[in-house]
Amino acid sequence: MGRGGVYPRPLITRCKRHPKEKSLSQVKENRTRGEIRPVLAQRYADGWGVGAKRGRLQPSASPPFAATRRQVSVEKPMSQYPERLILNVGPQHPSTHGVLRVVVELEGEVVVRCTPDIGYLHRGIEKLMEARTYQQCLPLTDRIDYLAGSANNLGFVLAVEKLLGVEVPPRARYIRVIIAEMTRIASHLFWLGTHAHDLGAMTPLFYAFREREQLMDLFEAVAGGRLFPCYFRIGGLARDLPDGWTTEVREFCRTFPDKMKDYETLLTRNPIWIRRTRDVGVLTVDEVLDYGLSGPVARGSGIAWDVRRADPYCGYEEFDFVVPVGQNGDTYDRYLVRLEEMRQSCRIIEQALDRLPEGDIAVDDPTITYPKKTDVYTRIESLIQHFLLVEEGIRVPEGEVFHHTEAPKGELAFFIVSDGTSRPFRVRARTPSFVNLQVLSKLAEGRLLADLIALIGTIDIVLADVDR
Amino acid sequence: MDWIVYGVITLIKTAVLLFVLLTAVAYATLMERKVLGFMQLRLGPNRVGPWGLLQPLADGVKLFFKEDISLPVSEPRLYAIAPWVTAVAAITPFLAIPFADTVAPETVEVFGRTVDLAQYGIHRGVIADLPGAVLFILAISSLSTYGVVLGGWASDNRYSLLGGIRVTAQMISYELSLGMAVVGVLLVAGSMRLTEIVDAQARLPFIVYQPLGFVLYLTAAFAEACRTPFDLIECENELVAGYHTEYSSMKFGLFQLAEYAHIITVSAVAVTLYLGGWQGPWLPSGLWFVLKTGALVFFFIWVRATYPRVRYDQLMSFGWKVLLPLSLANILATGCAVAWWG
Repeated sequence: MGRGGVYPRPLITRCKRHPKEKSLSQVKENRTRGEIRPVLAQRYADGWGVGAKRGRLQPSASPPFAATRRQVSVEKPMSQYPERLILNVGPQHPSTHGVLRVVVELEGEVVVRCTPDIGYLHRGIEKLMEARTYQQCLPLTDRIDYLAGSANNLGFVLAVEKLLGVEVPPRARYIRVIIAEMTRIASHLFWLGTHAHDLGAMTPLFYAFREREQLMDLFEAVAGGRLFPCYFRIGGLARDLPDGWTTEVREFCRTFPDKMKDYETLLTRNPIWIRRTRDVGVLTVDEVLDYGLSGPVARGSGIAWDVRRADPYCGYEEFDFVVPVGQNGDTYDRYLVRLEEMRQSCRIIEQALDRLPEGDIAVDDPTITYPKKTDVYTRIESLIQHFLLVEEGIRVPEGEVFHHTEAPKGELAFFIVSDGTSRPFRVRARTPSFVNLQVLSKLAEGRLLADLIALIGTIDIVLADVDR
Repeated sequence: MDWIVYGVITLIKTAVLLFVLLTAVAYATLMERKVLGFMQLRLGPNRVGPWGLLQPLADGVKLFFKEDISLPVSEPRLYAIAPWVTAVAAITPFLAIPFADTVAPETVEVFGRTVDLAQYGIHRGVIADLPGAVLFILAISSLSTYGVVLGGWASDNRYSLLGGIRVTAQMISYELSLGMAVVGVLLVAGSMRLTEIVDAQARLPFIVYQPLGFVLYLTAAFAEACRTPFDLIECENELVAGYHTEYSSMKFGLFQLAEYAHIITVSAVAVTLYLGGWQGPWLPSGLWFVLKTGALVFFFIWVRATYPRVRYDQLMSFGWKVLLPLSLANILATGCAVAWWG
């Protein structure tokens, strides 16, 4: 099998627009109309932020160091600016969320230019997948965004299932939704803790990790792994839920909104927090679209682009949830958006638990699903089936597929090319962190060094997700 | 003959104070870790000794035996001297702070000769009862800035350099407000001698007359001691520990010692100026002083657990545009009040 050829087509890296939103102007119109963001809008109206200032729609255009910003000239060599200092932030730095290296040119403390340098955590996951069967690819996807293992599993599994043309049973679908939303909460909690810690607030980190720990325990109970559950399988799930698991999840969802008040009392109306995040890293709608940003980073700017709503998968259209959107597109708005998303995820989990049906957890197809272990020991057909699935893997029909999902950090898409064998010919993961990181240098120019740290936090990157 | 007795008693007082202060500094680190731990759903250190009580000792021993990494820095002498400057400047102000009412009888009999200790106030709980004690304290504690600046400069590290630059700007903006805030107390007490200021608070502590002054002093003290939310010079998340990134072993230990000594010093000054010093009913005066200072140190830790860090430019604008005008207004109001009723 000859592998390793470069697939000639350009790969999709830009975020797709909502089918209803045909043009940019329509996106803007939707944004100002405020269709799907009643929650935050209501909050602003109630004076959730600080006073009447909160009501303005336009982000302030002038950065605090406009004069410095004008001096930026990328063409001129460094020797013309002897007063500039080049600072290497990272790859070993407490606040770069992994091994990101940012080469920062400073004038005093003002960032004149900053260049992210990535690749320190490149493991070649996409290439590794070409030599593995589809089932063996699954544990690799866990490691793409190690804070949201199940979300990556889901994206890959759904893409392969799309190519196979199978639909998982309802019980498996609901459980997938529950796990995916729990992953979203866990990822956002981690973001909250580290982001607050980057800005000097120590305590939210520990509060957030208290809840995250509960989620990790729940993952462990269901799958054995905590960071890397690898619970989903092509065609279903690895195993059914353990007894009493749903009760514990319900208990978590019941208590979680109260616990979120702990974070909110520490941060949301804290004047220093507001000053550190308000009007820092403002992204306009155009910028979001130009850079192809997605996830909370895009929604913070008022673009209600959520794949769960825009192009539903896993039956998300059945659930009642709000896609929270910000107004100013600054760091504070993205903070509020992520907090609200955690609450909404809780609502989705509760609805999924209410409707969780009994039944199979995987498709009944011997070419996809493993047979029961008891059958393997007693029946020759099952033994052969098991042998073939392990030795050869799932044969996926020839073709190519693109499937996108809403991972916690943004739009995660898998593009798989199959040549009809049991190993993918080419896999491309469009990971949200990689795309979202591109905007960092634009945001940081003309801001202070301290803002750069806040900006790295607000984009919510995981370097494993950037480098793959 | 008398001066030998004075000298010996002063030496004993200094030795005891230094011992207590250094122990307090060591236990301030433990207190910080414990209090932060309890505020953050953790236990804090609990391995060394009962309830982690020997942790400071273990930390000290560890720091002492760590390798003192010598870097090829540009200014080795400055690099070596910087931690000492900071540590000494942080501890020295305690010379002038009255920590108890009296620690010795007014007269002692030495070899059949009666020595009058009260003549020079040797029996009082202060080592040097300076007439310009407030100025002395402000002057000495400003010197600690030099240690940080020199350390940041001599480390030959860009993060440290930024930390050193930050500290100059921060100190200029906050020393001023700190000094101005204290002026209110001086006006009310009519003296710069700290013992007299404490004596004047026998009936009511000055925080009653100077509530705004107290708040201003405390805010500036946070910046002075470089504590959250004003810990810009060593913030781990931006500058990777800032000025002491390149220090190790006891040099690093001295910076740490200076940091906690600074907290205790500014707390002790606040207690002396605003909270009645060692004055208090029932308990011994020295204990009152320790309790009040401890409460303020706790407050410092509490704030650290609560607040994020401000940004460099916000710190500047807060210092110059808010703190300074307010402290000037406080002086004006106090001056008017003193002139009217005084």
